[in-house]
Amino acid sequence: MTAVILDRRQVLGAGAALLMGGEAAAAHDGTVHVTMEKLVFLPAEIEVKAGQTIEWINKDPFAHTATVKGGWEVMIPPGKTATRAVAAGDTVEYYCRFHPNMKGRIKVSA
Amino acid sequence: MKTRVSVLGAAWLVLAATTAMAADKPTDPQIAHIAYSAGVIDVDAAKLALSKTKNADVASFAQSMQKDHEAVNEMALALVKKLNVQPEDNPTSKALAKAAKDKRGELGKLSGAAFDKAYVANEVAFHKQVNDALATLLIPSAQNNELKGLLETGLKLFQGHQQHAEHVAAALK
Ligand SMILES: [Cu+2]
Repeated sequence: MTAVILDRRQVLGAGAALLMGGEAAAAHDGTVHVTMEKLVFLPAEIEVKAGQTIEWINKDPFAHTATVKGGWEVMIPPGKTATRAVAAGDTVEYYCRFHPNMKGRIKVSA
Repeated sequence: MKTRVSVLGAAWLVLAATTAMAADKPTDPQIAHIAYSAGVIDVDAAKLALSKTKNADVASFAQSMQKDHEAVNEMALALVKKLNVQPEDNPTSKALAKAAKDKRGELGKLSGAAFDKAYVANEVAFHKQVNDALATLLIPSAQNNELKGLLETGLKLFQGHQQHAEHVAAALK
């Protein structure tokens, strides 16, 4: 059951990324997906609205984080997903604390 | 200062061995052995650190090293099995193992902040040295594309580890 849902997300995410030139992979339910695979955040940049949800999908066998220096941190265990509700002040750059060469950006639009 | 000199010494030893091999490029079975050995070395170093350190950042770093290197070595084992490749011991693997054994003896005598600093400094040096070998020798020499792909993922992972180690080192100062 879980596998089916993940597959569907994967397809939606990939499709949206293609359509929007890799910008924001927004699904219809207001959740924006960011995939972590082979130590890359994809898409690296997303544009979201406050109140939307960001879901990170970790396809690596390694634990990753989405960490804002001096701010919040979301931990995404190997093969798992984790979410954050977007706050108004979430226009940030973030990185993985375990692999700081992984970098992403969130832009909150009005 | 003494620690720093010996870290560089170990790095030079292995780099010299790696450079000596550059004349005749390592084969895929040798490359698999080198990459796997490097992972085992770092897992062992992490276990030593976890048995000695009292610093939360150092412990968290060591846990991450142990888990990541175990995971990537599992991928490597699955791949060599699939490709029917038998990893083959070679001078670079031997030099890595020798340098690691010496370093382990050195670290084993230290404790507290001195251990933490020496362990993390060696993690920076070790990952840098493995990354250099991956980028300049192992990845270009790999014949099988799946092996090359795994080495490329390994390089990204270990570059991340090097930066993580640098952050932990900076925080220890
Ligand atoms: Cu990571």
